[in-house]
Amino acid sequence: MEYILIIISALLVNNIVLAQFLGVCPFLGVSTKVSTSLGMAAAVTFVIVLATIATYLIQVYVLDKLGIGFMQTITFILVIAALVQMVEIVLKKVSQPLYQALGIFLPLITTNCAVLGVAILVIKKDYNLLEGVVFSASTALGFGLALIILAGIREQFELVDIPKGMRGVPISLITAGILALAFMGFTGIV
Amino acid sequence: MANTESTFRNMVLSLTLIALVSSALLGFVYEVTKEPIALSNLNKKLDAIRQVVPEFDNNPNDEMFLLPTGEGDSLEVYPAKKDDMIIGYAINTYTNMGFSGNIKLMAGFKPDGSIFNITVLEHKETPGLGTKMTDPGFKDQFIEKNPAEFELRVKKDGGPVDAITAATISSRAFCDAVQRAYNTLQKGEIK
Amino acid sequence: MNQFQNFTKGLLKENPILVMVLGTCPTLATTSSSLNGLGMGLATTFVLIGSNVAISMLSKFIPDKVRIPAYIVVIASFVTVVDLVMQAYVPDLYNTLGIFIPLIVVNCIVLGRAEAFASKNTVWSSFIDGFGMGLGFTLALGVLGAFREMLGSGSIFGYKFLPGDGILVFILAPGAFIALGYMIALVNKIKQK
Repeated sequence: MEYILIIISALLVNNIVLAQFLGVCPFLGVSTKVSTSLGMAAAVTFVIVLATIATYLIQVYVLDKLGIGFMQTITFILVIAALVQMVEIVLKKVSQPLYQALGIFLPLITTNCAVLGVAILVIKKDYNLLEGVVFSASTALGFGLALIILAGIREQFELVDIPKGMRGVPISLITAGILALAFMGFTGIV
Repeated sequence: MANTESTFRNMVLSLTLIALVSSALLGFVYEVTKEPIALSNLNKKLDAIRQVVPEFDNNPNDEMFLLPTGEGDSLEVYPAKKDDMIIGYAINTYTNMGFSGNIKLMAGFKPDGSIFNITVLEHKETPGLGTKMTDPGFKDQFIEKNPAEFELRVKKDGGPVDAITAATISSRAFCDAVQRAYNTLQKGEIK
Repeated sequence: MNQFQNFTKGLLKENPILVMVLGTCPTLATTSSSLNGLGMGLATTFVLIGSNVAISMLSKFIPDKVRIPAYIVVIASFVTVVDLVMQAYVPDLYNTLGIFIPLIVVNCIVLGRAEAFASKNTVWSSFIDGFGMGLGFTLALGVLGAFREMLGSGSIFGYKFLPGDGILVFILAPGAFIALGYMIALVNKIKQK
């Protein structure tokens, strides 16, 4: 029951992009086409879950044990950067087609504030490892959801006449705002 | 303009050096800021305690003790004294049922179990809705009430508490935190 | 370009958030009030200047292949310093900005300037660049924060001039997106003239 709450909350109610403002840069940058959004969403989900596990273990077995909590920012971001590198290398060796599909997104994910954000949130919220994994996976799915919806809408923009000043980022932001408004309706679920 | 060659030795050396210097710098800053951070946390706590119990002349923080909640953890209880007599207890309580996460309250009780005052320490509730729990309009209804007779339940759940309009969950969570504090205090059977 | 141009480019022409659209996450999240926005901007500016200067000094010694991890360590160090100092001396602002202080480390502005400018320019130029970019960022955050605060809370810099609530949506998530969208559209319009 608790887990369902975590999932629905992370996916819809406290959507990582539309409510918590994490992952907005790739959200705006990659959502031009639905196909690329799918690729990015998959890559992000993969990295977020692995990163959460890795950073959780480091927090518990290194940072807390040695009482050096203030090193959290440095160690977490380095772990994430290293993880992304490793994932890229492994992917290249193991599955060329998958690497082709996801490859370009992977380096971008290091600076995706959603990854570091989720890692820190899991610690802040005092989740255990399993809850952390469920939370991070649902968060990543929420990211993907928002991304794909926005991409679907942006593909339609091609067909409409948008005022010059609004084209590109501004209209996407305003659309995202309306999406955020819509998602606020989900708050009634929990 | 990286003039250093990317040899393995250079890469390892430079990274290690940077890591060492950074760690040393951070360790230093951490030591320097440890005390001010602890001090500001303490002052925040004392301020909160001051708001929820009658005027005291002891140092509640020095006399802090823990009481088990019965749920596997414990709460910090800060006794407030005047002329060596207990005039109230400030309890650092929490709830996980907040709309957007945990809510932390400092709830002050008189020795007879009635609520003296409550102040919100930490919350992430929605601005304009859940945040109204810090308004006297909502909070003040708890003053002078004794949870033994005044059920800490919102009207929707059959109790007497007037919830914040459109913020029932935050209101419920608030009650949950106060209830937890009261229960813990009662379990401790302090006189 | 001379140092004056170096400094002012970050204010409007190459404003990190309004023109280059970098650092959107903290912009949206911390501008529910003007003071929060300014606080965030100043914290980021400190990190930006520090990391620009440090990386400019070290860039000669860092082998190319490991420059990104090296930059990250440097940036993360400055972020941690800001985090600890803020926790000690401005705890209320620290609690309000919350998770976005450590997130400065992945603010694309910081790594972006390190990579694009500081690694290739002198220490003094990098300092000016960091200062200008940081100031442009801070100003944008301040304006956005003021706008949202006025419409959403009926106050400015904490002084309430309207009784009761304003148009709440502006201090909530949707308002952030919409307000930023309009600001960038406005800047686009100005640039087109």
